[in-house]
Amino acid sequence: MSYVVEMLNIRKEFPGIVANDNITLTLKKGEIHALLGENGAGKSTLMGVLFGMYQPERGLIKVNGKEVKITNPNVANRLGIGMVHQHFKLVENFTVTENIILGSEPLKGMVLDIDKAAKRIEELSKHYGLNVDPHAKIEDISVGMQQRVEILKMLYREADVLILDEPTAVLTPVEIDELMKIMRNLINEGKSIIIITHKLKEIKAVADRCTVIRRGKGIGTVNVAESSEASLAEMMVGRHVSFKVDKKESTPGEVVLKIDSLSVKNNRKVMGLKDFSLEVRAGEIVGIAGVEGNGQTEIVEAITGLRKAESGTILISGEEITNLPIRQRNEKGISHIPEDRQKRGLVLDYSLVSNMVLQIYNKQPFSKRGLLNFPAMKAYAQNIIENFDVRSGEGASSIARTLSGGNQQKAIIGRELELDPKLLIAVQPTRGLDVGSIEYIHRRIIEHRDKGNAVLLISLELDEVLQLSDRIAIVNNGELVGEVIAAETNENEVGLMMAGVGKERSI
Amino acid sequence: MRNTIVSLISIILGLVAGGILMLFIGSNPIEGYSYLLQGALKNLERIGNTLATATPLIFTGLSVAFAFRTGLFNIGASGQMLVGGLAATAVALTFDLSRPILLLVMVLAGLVAGALWAFIPGLLKAKFNVHEVVSTIMMNWIAYWTIYYIVPGYFKGEFLETESKKLAESDTLRTPFLTEMFDGSYINLGLFLAVIAVIIIAFIIEKTTLGFELKAVGFNRFAAEYAGMKVNRNIILSMLISGALAGVGGVALYTGNASSIQIGILPAQGYDGIAVALLGANHPVGVFFAAVLFGILYSGTGFMNAMTEIPPELANTIIAIIIYFAATSVMIERLLNKFKAKKSNKEDKSGPVVEKGDS
Repeated sequence: MSYVVEMLNIRKEFPGIVANDNITLTLKKGEIHALLGENGAGKSTLMGVLFGMYQPERGLIKVNGKEVKITNPNVANRLGIGMVHQHFKLVENFTVTENIILGSEPLKGMVLDIDKAAKRIEELSKHYGLNVDPHAKIEDISVGMQQRVEILKMLYREADVLILDEPTAVLTPVEIDELMKIMRNLINEGKSIIIITHKLKEIKAVADRCTVIRRGKGIGTVNVAESSEASLAEMMVGRHVSFKVDKKESTPGEVVLKIDSLSVKNNRKVMGLKDFSLEVRAGEIVGIAGVEGNGQTEIVEAITGLRKAESGTILISGEEITNLPIRQRNEKGISHIPEDRQKRGLVLDYSLVSNMVLQIYNKQPFSKRGLLNFPAMKAYAQNIIENFDVRSGEGASSIARTLSGGNQQKAIIGRELELDPKLLIAVQPTRGLDVGSIEYIHRRIIEHRDKGNAVLLISLELDEVLQLSDRIAIVNNGELVGEVIAAETNENEVGLMMAGVGKERSI
Repeated sequence: MRNTIVSLISIILGLVAGGILMLFIGSNPIEGYSYLLQGALKNLERIGNTLATATPLIFTGLSVAFAFRTGLFNIGASGQMLVGGLAATAVALTFDLSRPILLLVMVLAGLVAGALWAFIPGLLKAKFNVHEVVSTIMMNWIAYWTIYYIVPGYFKGEFLETESKKLAESDTLRTPFLTEMFDGSYINLGLFLAVIAVIIIAFIIEKTTLGFELKAVGFNRFAAEYAGMKVNRNIILSMLISGALAGVGGVALYTGNASSIQIGILPAQGYDGIAVALLGANHPVGVFFAAVLFGILYSGTGFMNAMTEIPPELANTIIAIIIYFAATSVMIERLLNKFKAKKSNKEDKSGPVVEKGDS
């Protein structure tokens, strides 16, 4: 059996934590190999070791059967290993071609030979079915297309082993299907792929074998065809995971959030939300379903105060908040799990302690007459960290930036739920989380509902909306298409409505 | 701790490089440095002058560092010093008050003037997103020409057209007990003000909700906005405080170290403040020591020049080299890491995560 890459008994330590403990991963030529693990299990570290970003303390790496020392990413590139990071590394105002040749620019005499490069990129793009325009600017193309540019970049550099770090986290369902097609094309052309993920569905759909790691330890490698989603989940989490959300019938009470014919402009200064009305009652979860960019952001930002409402009113428990500053809205009991955790949710250079009191640092007991009370802040943060199993190198004093994305998300959710808000606005609350954490977060959100609070859920994952919500409002092109009762609908009906096919209001 | 080590290494490397330069021009570096130190610290008077030289730098360093901690680049300390100095001079020349009250009013006038000068760039940034680097530099030149017009027009000196009337000794920050203590040095109350400012700023940044908010806005204004902080108000407030510091620095320079204000000069201390802040790692206490170091280099250079062949420009050269090393502190950190790596294999300081946002 020929392996392109063998990572044998890898151990990697960081101050205070063993990120990889005796992990073995072997990649066959021409296979798609999934690397599965919970948030912070050490997947990215392991791939960092392969890509030359970290040096392992122990263990052996072989490429094409020969032992190698990968001291930095350039060495990895020379060995034919390429990586697509979860957060793309592209220059926004450069064209696709310029981005791809960056660092290895082809020259004609003294000047750049862009045309030659563009031609080659076009050929590659056609060959692998990527459908990328080499002359388009990065800022003008979609996220999915940007990802394909990253893939092209590796192909241009003649990489044979491609590492994709959570490639589907940023994609829409359609784009995910396309990516899978592309991955199969690549395999047919003799490339080998390692895909880092914790989405079991995708592994079942595309991967040949799967290596599971849990808390830094290698659990084993299995053939995907012979294992079920449930068994993979169990290997990853270490216990049985239920995929069904258990919840009681909702008992809606008084109206907590009332939106009345709200219109909001989007970033392009045109109406992104038109004449939108919605009610969310205490003790119910209302989900908003829709394809990305159909007004969800505008709804959320108008309620939370991040964006101005052009017309219409927003009421919380009967009080109008349409034009209140953000802090006053928070104080009225609105809490918001933001869509972009790194842009809005956290001050990445602050410690977890500071981040956990980001909205309430000026309240007792965290401060008194303008002076901060660090012990109180720390105790409060520690409580959240324990409750929500936020894993980090140095506990509460860790800088937020050093946490893995999933743990950052858990910290934010913990912070928002700890505020015990009357209205919780959860935008993509489980984005980037593994099944174990998703199960936990879902349970906490339902608990929050059962305590008699209102929850507005916005998610691009239809499964999540369908499972968690009591009632679903569907938006298309900034308008409310209709509302349905979650228990009485199905994926097809909601999917049709998301596409803009209206329905008589059923409520 | 780490920042301190990096700064100290930068200083040592800068001094070594300066020594090599001295060797190149055929002088003995040990002799050169010993005269430089003597010039700065040989007797009480020289020590006093060194501290006085450092005083405006402490203010401008604090000004730049404070703005930077809150995510703003205040390049306008020079202009803020000028208007601060002008306001204090104008007060001293206009009002006939008893000394304690006069000094208090002078300092307050300088503080307010500096703050107002920085308020405009702050407002432009908050309202129209005008980059503060551009607007503060423009404000420098507005201050420059304002002085050019007002000083000869209203406060003309008795002998020279190009400077304001000399302040009476009792109208300056110089005070007999300090002057006597330091054998006739021009050290003055500005130093005390500077130390107080260091303490207040350190306190604001580390211990108060205001500092918490300002830093949050500096690191990530989107998250600050999300959390309900008033981002625009904080930008303006931060510029106000930064400008006030530089304004008082101007008071210390023009009514403490000197007795008059000259036209046609943008005080170099404003720009040196950037270097001081950089070397002091934007920490108030670090700024204090960095400013004192600059004071030593500046005030010792004359003596060195008198006793040896070494030109006085060398002090500036050394400062420039130190700044280069401080600015490329990434290189020094790498060096440190390599050092540590040899001892133990724990060089990856970034923690267990390769990329933020994945797992």
